[in-house]
Amino acid sequence: MDIADFFDTFFEEAEELLADMEQHLLELDVEDPDSEQLNAIFRAAHSIKGGAGTFGFSVLQKTTHILENLLDYARKGELELRADLVDTFLEAKDIMHEQLNAYRNEEEPDQETYERITRTLQQIALEEIGQSLDAPAETTPLTNTSAPTADEKHAENTSAGETPKSGNAGRLKVALINVDDKDRLLLVEELEQLGDIESQSGDDKRYEVVLSGSVSADDIEAVMCFIIEPDQIDIQTLATGQASPEAEASAPSAEQKAAPPAEQKASPASSAKAETAGAQAKSKTKKAAPESASIRVSVDKVDQIINLVGELIITQSMLDQTVSDLDDQSGASSSLQNGMSLLQRNARDLQESVMSIRMIPMEFVFSRFPRVVRDTAGKLGKEIELVTEGKSTELDKSLVERINVSDTMSDEDVYQLIFAPGFSTANEVTDVSGRGVGMDVVKRNIQGMGGRVEIQSKKGEGTTTSIVLPLTLAILDGMSIKVGGETFILPLSTVLESLQPNKDDMYAMAGDDVVLKVRDEYLPVIAIHEVLDVENAITDPTKSIAVIVQGEGRRYAMLVDELVGQQQVVVKNLEDNYRKVPGISAATILGDGSVALILDISGLHRLSRAKKEAAKPANTQTMSFYKESEPS
Amino acid sequence: MSQANNGAVLATEADNSEFLVFSLGDEEYAIDILKVQEIRGYENVTRIANAPDFIKGVTNLRGVIVPIVDLRIKFHLENVEYGGQTVVIVVNVADRVVGIVVDGVSDVMTLTPDQIKPAPEFGVTLSSDFLSGLGSLEDRMLVIVDIDKLLTSEEMALVEGASQG
Repeated sequence: MDIADFFDTFFEEAEELLADMEQHLLELDVEDPDSEQLNAIFRAAHSIKGGAGTFGFSVLQKTTHILENLLDYARKGELELRADLVDTFLEAKDIMHEQLNAYRNEEEPDQETYERITRTLQQIALEEIGQSLDAPAETTPLTNTSAPTADEKHAENTSAGETPKSGNAGRLKVALINVDDKDRLLLVEELEQLGDIESQSGDDKRYEVVLSGSVSADDIEAVMCFIIEPDQIDIQTLATGQASPEAEASAPSAEQKAAPPAEQKASPASSAKAETAGAQAKSKTKKAAPESASIRVSVDKVDQIINLVGELIITQSMLDQTVSDLDDQSGASSSLQNGMSLLQRNARDLQESVMSIRMIPMEFVFSRFPRVVRDTAGKLGKEIELVTEGKSTELDKSLVERINVSDTMSDEDVYQLIFAPGFSTANEVTDVSGRGVGMDVVKRNIQGMGGRVEIQSKKGEGTTTSIVLPLTLAILDGMSIKVGGETFILPLSTVLESLQPNKDDMYAMAGDDVVLKVRDEYLPVIAIHEVLDVENAITDPTKSIAVIVQGEGRRYAMLVDELVGQQQVVVKNLEDNYRKVPGISAATILGDGSVALILDISGLHRLSRAKKEAAKPANTQTMSFYKESEPS
Repeated sequence: MSQANNGAVLATEADNSEFLVFSLGDEEYAIDILKVQEIRGYENVTRIANAPDFIKGVTNLRGVIVPIVDLRIKFHLENVEYGGQTVVIVVNVADRVVGIVVDGVSDVMTLTPDQIKPAPEFGVTLSSDFLSGLGSLEDRMLVIVDIDKLLTSEEMALVEGASQG
């Protein structure tokens, strides 16, 4: 196993840490900074530094190192925070993110920005505290942490009542708990780099390494946490000149009983309860942060499970239908029905839990807004108050990803109210006012997801932009309708109401076109059976049902034969094996195993217009509008 | 048996190809068996409006939406009927799954390279571009269809923007 295998883990963790850092920086009240938050920012920087050091990302490590020192002053109250300092910290965070991305792409980070930010940070230290920071350690990446600065040591002493780490030339006993051979070899290799290994022994359950050197327990843990979980590490300080290493190693159990680490209490291995004021301090701070137990799973795998569950649901509905069709003569049928309803409930529960795997709290998207708003406000010299509500609403992961497209958009663009590509009110292209590229993309994305955008604006009062999105992409709330013998699905989100059209309310317009008057509004009528060539459908509009639907901000009256009912359907792509069909957005599988097509309102309207146009000059072939490409 | 011998046997076997033979009316056609995923009955096809007539619609193949093409209509055969014998051959072409409706599947045949004759330039309905050749088997003639080319062709209208293929 190569250390490179852990690069990805580091990148992901560092990314999360940077996001945490940004969030805390943004929430920070400069007048009255919350010490917990300052500590959290400091810890994030510290962990990134440790990891960057381990993997030899020296530029990132050095940048973080300087930032960490400044943050340390800040949390001790020696550096008074101001908004512009926070801005600089945020800038440093951005640069660290760039550096991280550079390393991820196996490139060297930009030297110029690195030098600039380190100069800026040094300058702050000089001006605000009146002392220069120690130059970033130029030693090899793995040993840089071996000489903690006075500040650092001081910081560790003061943080959350922790006991001091072993200082210089101390001896530490590092125990690895439940670490398999492969990882252990790697970790021991790491430890060799951090100090001198005096002895090592143990097995998979508990492997102890006695290390001498000047490295602190904190640093060891920071390095190791990129490979194993914090609770798999137990670090104890050994007094110098204690029993010889050999004796130590030969009696690990005695040592363990005498000084069980705090977090080991839960583990069955340690029976003794005595607590020492020993060295495992860092792990306490780690524990304080809410550790959400999670595993990373590829989206493909999740999608596969979702597909399979979709199949299960379909099979279950098929069975259900068969069972309900059975003659209820024998007693067997009733127990069969009981079993079926149980199966149905379980299948639904399973589906719900599986779908929830893909759901991500909206917070994930919202968390980027404060930064954008803050930067925009700064540049425009305006005050902006950002209020986010309903952060915990969960959205499908793929929706969240696509919303992020709008991330690069600024408030200014919203005021333009225009989604047309290339439209811009700005005379000059700046950071904030754009070239007019973007909103059309946003709109397309939102429509692609089955959502819509509505903008309401009043001069002097502000603008309300509503983005209406379906909760998930894979499952759709549908209204099944019948036309002729065929079943179609209308997305429920587009259906406003349905009514029986009255002959008096139908008006012919310019020959072919028909409009339906609904409460003082004239809606274009789309007869599904005409647009989709359905045979044996009801042709008399007054005998059919008009479903008032909304698509792309416009309303239409759709004539259908029958409303069947509402149901959740699993959306299946038509383009996987076939192609885009005008007027149809996707397909789904009904309870009887047959395929039903999901209607695309705006597409149907376009299709109906194209069809009428094609029909005007001497009946043109059907093929001509079949080939008509969708403006997408 | 020596190693060299073994190799020779394998080489000739590799040159032989296996074909699935099916009938459209009285004509016999063959496609590369490796393209065939499965054979199933013709049922439960949902019509797609405004599609060419030979595209019968889509069906549910264990959760996958699969378009169904009737080659009999495409090849302008008479007597297109759907009955118990009507069979759908599900093929895998260009990462897609497509079902083709045929009158029946007769057998699987192995053809040696010299049994496959080049296809003559003929037919307006079935361009020789879509043929790999003609298989001669005693008194039978098999039209060997390049199913990949045929189904991804523009005139089949199955694949979007197929023309560049």
